Amino acid sequence: MTALLTVEDLTVDLKVGDEMRTVLKQVSFSVGEGQTVGLVGESGSGKSMTVRAVSRLLPEGAAVTGSVRFGDRDVLDLRGDALRRYRASDVAMVFQDARAHTNPVRRIGDFLTEAMILNGKTGRRQAEATAVELLEAVGVHDAERRMRQYPHELSGGLLQRVMIAASVAARPRLILADEPTTALDVTTQAEVMAILKRMQQEYGMAMLFITHDLELAGSICDETVVLYAGEVVEQQRSAQLHRDPLHPYTAALVQARPDIHRRSERLLSVPGHPTTAYEAPAGCAFAPRCRFAQDRCRAEKPALEALDAAGLSRCLRADELRGALLAPVEAAADPVPATGLAAGPADEEATR
Amino acid sequence: MTSTTAIATARPAARTPRLRILPGIGITGQIAFWTVIAVALLAAIGPMFVQVDPNAVDLEYAYYPPSPWYPLGADASGRDILSRLIVGSRTALLGPLAVVTMATFLGTLLGLVAVWFGGWVDATIVRVIDAIFAFPGILVAILATALFGPGLLAATIALAIAYTPYIARIVRSAALRERNLPYISALQVQGRHGFAISARHILPNVSGLIVANATLCFGLALIDLAALSFIGFGVQPPTADWGAMVGGGMSGILQGEPGEALAASLLIVITVAAVNTLGDRLVQRSENRA
Repeated sequence: MTALLTVEDLTVDLKVGDEMRTVLKQVSFSVGEGQTVGLVGESGSGKSMTVRAVSRLLPEGAAVTGSVRFGDRDVLDLRGDALRRYRASDVAMVFQDARAHTNPVRRIGDFLTEAMILNGKTGRRQAEATAVELLEAVGVHDAERRMRQYPHELSGGLLQRVMIAASVAARPRLILADEPTTALDVTTQAEVMAILKRMQQEYGMAMLFITHDLELAGSICDETVVLYAGEVVEQQRSAQLHRDPLHPYTAALVQARPDIHRRSERLLSVPGHPTTAYEAPAGCAFAPRCRFAQDRCRAEKPALEALDAAGLSRCLRADELRGALLAPVEAAADPVPATGLAAGPADEEATR
Repeated sequence: MTSTTAIATARPAARTPRLRILPGIGITGQIAFWTVIAVALLAAIGPMFVQVDPNAVDLEYAYYPPSPWYPLGADASGRDILSRLIVGSRTALLGPLAVVTMATFLGTLLGLVAVWFGGWVDATIVRVIDAIFAFPGILVAILATALFGPGLLAATIALAIAYTPYIARIVRSAALRERNLPYISALQVQGRHGFAISARHILPNVSGLIVANATLCFGLALIDLAALSFIGFGVQPPTADWGAMVGGGMSGILQGEPGEALAASLLIVITVAAVNTLGDRLVQRSENRA
């Protein structure tokens, strides 16, 4: 499989007031032709920033080093027409909040046909016919009528379908999906996901899929990249992620999801709170929240290393912990008892 | 605050639905709107009904009192005041219209360019705008007439430049707010050209505010141009113009014949008051909607 998108050592610093804050640290991964790669992490882990770097939508004043390559082009070097061509025909983006990402005073039809007409390849009639076909392809009934409606007249799920239709209209080679289903309710979520996946397969597009839903990533992605505090902490085949996590963070996330076959008083959570890249401690960024952390974890910075053929992990103890990461939490020695894992009066006091 | 105005405007809306061409500007706004329409009609079709030559001098009829032949009397040169007011409305209104059209075009262009390119382009435009803003419009216009000779053209162009910063500032701030909305990045990531996004999405979404502020500028420009004509730098005799008529009628005031100056001033006041009220209401309306 040839790599379509290659991100290498991508480091992004954002300007906050007078200081530069690191949001991404040497992130590397690649997306092959037709492949689906998931980017998983908590809020602030840098997953959206990664996609923004790929689509060149980083805020003004952002300092970017490393490289983003699309085919044989260096995305970070694209300017003017070349950048517009790259955005118009090579990548497309599906956003989390479809409503905020559509001009509220333009009809759905205008939204879908404007690009086609402006590119000068099609006339209005042809563009409208294409738009109706696209809407029908993403499961929008009554497409003719929808074309004449405004975004506020459509439900969130419907509008997200319109977004998907718009993004695949130019037959891009890569779709960047930034939590496309997070703002939707669960049943709509499943439908929209199915449509996105179907369109992707039909058109043979690659997809970079951002989510904080490990389950979802596991079910639709070929490969999953787990981000923590702006760094890749684990990367491996999605199918393996749940059974054989390579990093304690991924393991903690896997254990945090509710299991229908298990009764428990209280849902497990990862203790502590998420860290952003710029406030990460000197050693392993996850060490303060890790139940396997030792002194050397807090002192030494782990590198992202390959674990045989399974994948990559950024953990000093990855080898020795392999297979033991999913051990029941109750049995393990709990390093920080009062921060969420153990229920008790002290904890309730703290949350009040 | 917003809710009380909404209630206040909602009631008459229900009572007089047929008059509501522009909803949401209140009853005062409606009165102002129709006054502006009336003045515009006066300038547009009024001169067609004028039978008397407004420039015909007849010194025998100097300061002739109002009568069937001279409905509003005659001025110091025996010219019919009413026909001069009607014919003069064209110069009085076309001047500010030209000023506002040019200033709006230039200001909108500058504002949109500043917002889209940002960075040093934005900084430069803002500095230039601030520099022009420092000069009062009337001063620039007097300077222009001093350089290029008295007349409407030089004054109009000078005022247009002087008014550009008003519009440019407002367009810039409104467009900046619009540009930072997520839908603009969505368009950008579809590979749209910045000009297309600015012209097809940002501009239409801030156009309400532009029209409203252009209306306000119209009133100000009308006063400035009338003042210029009043002091003799604007419209030159014998062309009829409201400002020039106030100036010409000054000697009449001293001789106890204030009719000409009064009538012309009254029209200026009514027009400016109506235009400014309408502009105010339009600004409020577009801010309420934003």
